[in-house]
Amino acid sequence: MNKELISANVKDKVFKVFAITCTGMALLTLLILIIDILIKGLSRINWSFFVNLPSRHPEQSGIYTALAGMVSLLFITLIIALPIGILSGIYLQEYGNRNRLAKFIEINISNLAGVPSVIYGILGLELFVRMAGFGNSILSGALTLALLIMPVIIVSTREAIKAVPDTMREAAFGLGATKLQTIWRVVLPASFGGILTGVILSISRAIGETAPLIVVGALAYVPFIPEGPMDQYTSLPIQIFNWTSRPQQGFIDNAAAGIIVLLVFTFLLNGIAVVLRNRWYRKTTA
Amino acid sequence: MVQKNDSLAKLQYGMYKLKAKDLNLYYGKKQALKDVTINITANTVTAFIGPSGCGKSTFLRCFNRMNDLIPDVTIKGEVMIDDIDIYKNIIDVYAYRKQIGMVFQKPNPFPKSIFENVAFGLRINGEKSKSVLEETVEYALKQAALWDEVKDNLQKSAMALSGGQQQRLCIARAIAVQPSVLLMDEPASALDPISTAKIEELIYELKSKFTIVIVTHNMQQAARISDKTAFFYLGELIEYDNTDKIFTNPAKNATQNYITGRFG
Repeated sequence: MNKELISANVKDKVFKVFAITCTGMALLTLLILIIDILIKGLSRINWSFFVNLPSRHPEQSGIYTALAGMVSLLFITLIIALPIGILSGIYLQEYGNRNRLAKFIEINISNLAGVPSVIYGILGLELFVRMAGFGNSILSGALTLALLIMPVIIVSTREAIKAVPDTMREAAFGLGATKLQTIWRVVLPASFGGILTGVILSISRAIGETAPLIVVGALAYVPFIPEGPMDQYTSLPIQIFNWTSRPQQGFIDNAAAGIIVLLVFTFLLNGIAVVLRNRWYRKTTA
Repeated sequence: MVQKNDSLAKLQYGMYKLKAKDLNLYYGKKQALKDVTINITANTVTAFIGPSGCGKSTFLRCFNRMNDLIPDVTIKGEVMIDDIDIYKNIIDVYAYRKQIGMVFQKPNPFPKSIFENVAFGLRINGEKSKSVLEETVEYALKQAALWDEVKDNLQKSAMALSGGQQQRLCIARAIAVQPSVLLMDEPASALDPISTAKIEELIYELKSKFTIVIVTHNMQQAARISDKTAFFYLGELIEYDNTDKIFTNPAKNATQNYITGRFG
């Protein structure tokens, strides 16, 4: 056999082993993390953990208010971010001219998606908490989170719309459809799965965000359920953050249990996103 | 018999459905059509032939103003349907396109059910009556010779049909809005021979109701199904005559060379 061929073969094998080792290390870290959390937190997962208010005593503490706060927060966030994000995506993809300004906007929206979340927190603090005077309310938190996930929604909406072949638009125009009818009846239904996938991924991002909420003043101890958008609130990541900073082992275990709940939520949302994406892909290509 | 045909031809001579006069079209600065003038008789099949890039598809798309969708297109000259200039400002292009059905090179059904595909044109017109929708869908599918194959599965996704069935579905979708003209841009080029034969048979049957203009790369196809043939080359209409004349005794050398396969 040729010498060169053999050495190429060896290099190939070495690289393969190296790649497998790296993947293994990443997976191992995740595995250790999850096992550690499960050992600490699993014993705390029971019904009372979900329905109890926070308390000074770790074994009586629960995540009721944190869950309620998180759900209200997400709800308001989505009400704000969904229409603006999706409509912006539609505008940029279907109406926006392909000029330099459009490209500039495009690049900057992608950049926005990569801005550290605490920066959004600082922006939210100045804009919503102070200037608009919303205070430490759910509304301030939701507006801040909405800013945070909007670029994600815009970008994924654009990608989904871009994936709809132009032949579909031509077919609709050929039948006398207006631009609005074409977008509404053909482009959006065909890209629905992709848009939904982006929305779900953005929710799972919003769920885990802690830093911006701390900056805009989510409280750590909230012994009540928020009743309106102007109420004060806490959220699950904030509650977890608070518990981990306590010295007692009991609260550390509570934090681990909270992390389990949060992880289940995120995995579930990401799972749904993957299923939807596959189903949508089959539907539009089969 | 001969006499009857002649008188029919004379009768239709003044009944041009579509006309183009001194039509020039530019993509940016590049000229794609040069001084094209043509008169297309109602209820005939007219074939546009010519090598790739000769402007035949571009010209076809002038008749339903699909070129409006492309940025940087400039059109000069007249395009008329029933002696109305369709590029005048007062024309509502969306209403106008409803009079012109279009079938594209690749079958492009919507990712919806068979029924919703055919009903699309009616729905965007605001038709809500279930019976009207059902009747029209059945009529259009029968016209497109697809009814027997799909009548039990109207709610099935159109994407599950074969390529040939999808193309006939697109024809049904186009004729459901009852246009007077059908534009076909190489409708059989992506299909197998059996599906192609079905489409050709269909075109032959549909010409009693529609004025059909078809772009094709396939010269046998043009010879089989068309009454008149127009040969395009480098953006110009080189020759336009009865199909048998074009294929047996063309007046121009370029036409002769193209149909005998010397280039293209």
